[in-house]
Amino acid sequence: MKNFFVPILLIVWKDILTEIRNKDIILASFVFAILVLVICNFAFEITPATVHILASGILWISFIFAGILVMTHSFVVENDLNSLEGLLLCPISRDALYWGKMLSLFLFMMVVELLLLPIFAVLFDYNVLSPSLILIMVLATIGFATVGTLFASMSVNTRAREIMLPILFFPVVTPVLISAVEASMSIIGGGTAIIDIRGWIQLLLLFDVVYLVVCPWAFGFVVEE
Amino acid sequence: MALEPAILVNGLCKSFEDNSVLSNVDLTIDWGTQLTIFGSNGSGKTTLLKSLAMQCRPDGGSINIAGRDVSRDRSTIRQNIGVVGHQPMLYQDMTCIENLIFFGRMYGVNEIAKRAQKVLSEMGLGRHLNDRVRNLSHGMQKRLAISRAIIHKPPILLMDEPETGLDIVALEIVKSLIKSWTSKMGAVVITTHSIEIGLGWGSDVAILNNGAIVYRAKQEEVDQMWMRKTLLSNFGLTS
Amino acid sequence: MVDKTDGLNTEPKSQGGNMKLIYASIFISSAMMIANMYLIFVWAPTERIMGHIQRVFYIHVPMAWLAFIAFFIVFVSGVLYLWKKDFKYDRIASSAAEIGVIFTTIVLITGPIWAKPVWGIWWSWDARLTTTLVLWMIYIGYHIVRSYSSNRAQAATYSAILGVIGFIDVPIVYFAVDWWRTQHQRLVVGVTSVEGSLNPDMRIVLYFSLIAFTALMLCLLWLRVSMKGLEMKLQSVKNNRKNLLPLG
Repeated sequence: MKNFFVPILLIVWKDILTEIRNKDIILASFVFAILVLVICNFAFEITPATVHILASGILWISFIFAGILVMTHSFVVENDLNSLEGLLLCPISRDALYWGKMLSLFLFMMVVELLLLPIFAVLFDYNVLSPSLILIMVLATIGFATVGTLFASMSVNTRAREIMLPILFFPVVTPVLISAVEASMSIIGGGTAIIDIRGWIQLLLLFDVVYLVVCPWAFGFVVEE
Repeated sequence: MALEPAILVNGLCKSFEDNSVLSNVDLTIDWGTQLTIFGSNGSGKTTLLKSLAMQCRPDGGSINIAGRDVSRDRSTIRQNIGVVGHQPMLYQDMTCIENLIFFGRMYGVNEIAKRAQKVLSEMGLGRHLNDRVRNLSHGMQKRLAISRAIIHKPPILLMDEPETGLDIVALEIVKSLIKSWTSKMGAVVITTHSIEIGLGWGSDVAILNNGAIVYRAKQEEVDQMWMRKTLLSNFGLTS
Repeated sequence: MVDKTDGLNTEPKSQGGNMKLIYASIFISSAMMIANMYLIFVWAPTERIMGHIQRVFYIHVPMAWLAFIAFFIVFVSGVLYLWKKDFKYDRIASSAAEIGVIFTTIVLITGPIWAKPVWGIWWSWDARLTTTLVLWMIYIGYHIVRSYSSNRAQAATYSAILGVIGFIDVPIVYFAVDWWRTQHQRLVVGVTSVEGSLNPDMRIVLYFSLIAFTALMLCLLWLRVSMKGLEMKLQSVKNNRKNLLPLG
């Protein structure tokens, strides 16, 4: 068991260390996400009267676009000096490699999303922070990171890799997006009881579990091809 | 161990998009030897080495490394080989020592910090322990790439054109490194298109042409003058 | 090299045998399609409420069913490719995916044509329509990933993975959208039970249409698969020639 977890943690540690050094991923996608918020403000004319209806949608638009940048970048780093080949040469299971990359992707996406919450609160004068929202964010981001790790590892090897990832990624994660937006809407809107979001949480869990099984399996074929 | 050769290749075939790159390659490399594979560009050297390193999947034939089939005991074989490729396979924003410690841990090396320092000073990188890879010159990156390949003391070393980017000092280091490997009954395979490197380092030689081994000889059988002439005139290699 | 040349020499014989069958299947499916068109546009009774526009239904519904079957073929042959690494399965999967995308496109075009006069709207974001749209986008991605891959093995592996993931995704998408719809009762359109209101003649036309389109699909699939086999062979002949030229 130790042999399985050590490489995972090493990969996560390596990704965090690199990120602290160059701040490429988090900074760029954070700035991009703020831009999305600004664009949404003009696109939807957000007022105190409409903010509670629009908040959830806007948040998830910015989360998912920032997330796409994080995903692309997390494998571009590996492609720089071809270090992914170096990882593949190591005597570790391909699953461990997948889990390591997935975990660091998840962490980076979560950091960006959490950083965005106060910005959102300031820009629209509307506090959205609540424990159940964090729970939804965690579950949805696991879903994004699960599929994202697989698709990013694929698209980094294709031509036109920046285009490839969103084309593959968005349709597949529609269920996550729907559940996340709907659940957040009931949480942020305040009116609806917790019972309403239980179903969405179950759907998110279902998606996460299914793809946490399928994606590592498929990842093996991507890297061993 | 003595019974099984270090590397045993039988009928290896590989093609990319119907371009046959390797056709029916047979190769045996014994423990305690170094084999230099000569070949011009596009002869299939890199593909052969990548197949040995399990970086690409053969279309046909079998490869046994230290008596194990590469289609099965992949983890065990990975533990036993060190690979130097065209690209350094390192992380730009980590320092030399961090890169080595990271990869060393991945291989489960004991006392990795001490080992990493020792390897770096052997490779002449002692003064660059805490330099980031991004700031190293091309040759220095190559030295570090070689350090990464030997960090876990693999009995088998595979080096794809190790001479590129290295200066004379570094080449001497690599030469003595290979010597120490073969003297400890390890096995080393290098590919090159430099006659000087291939013949000067005193090893077995093979010539790969159009994806097939067309010549193979033990070190003591090699007629240097003849090899030089043949390689220059027939295979377009440089001295 | 030697066995490749042998393979090429034996090929024309088996291809000749195949050709007769292929012609026969083209003939049969064309005849069935002509009969089908006659049944749909002439023989079938005009629906009382919806009028002639209802005839789209005989094309729309079989297309939708067959698109799902095509994507199921993509899924199965994708798994088989990943397992066996035999390009035969990749040819089947990619051909079925092409047919699936074409059929889904027809579904997405005929749907609004039918919906506009009947529902008064071109499109409704209900579970079936939305799932079909998402499905269509996933398999468009399937073809894009193939054309942007750097080599054939990569194209086959990546698209096989997408075929598997896309197919698994369908029920989850359907469930999510269905549920989302029940939370937002924006549009209420009651046309889900069209099949129940069919009279016997209409039923015959529908079933015949389904059989005719199935024959068409199988014929197209066969043609595409064997065409891709020939393309691959042609490529290898070209490459062998190229490889031999410097020596000759």
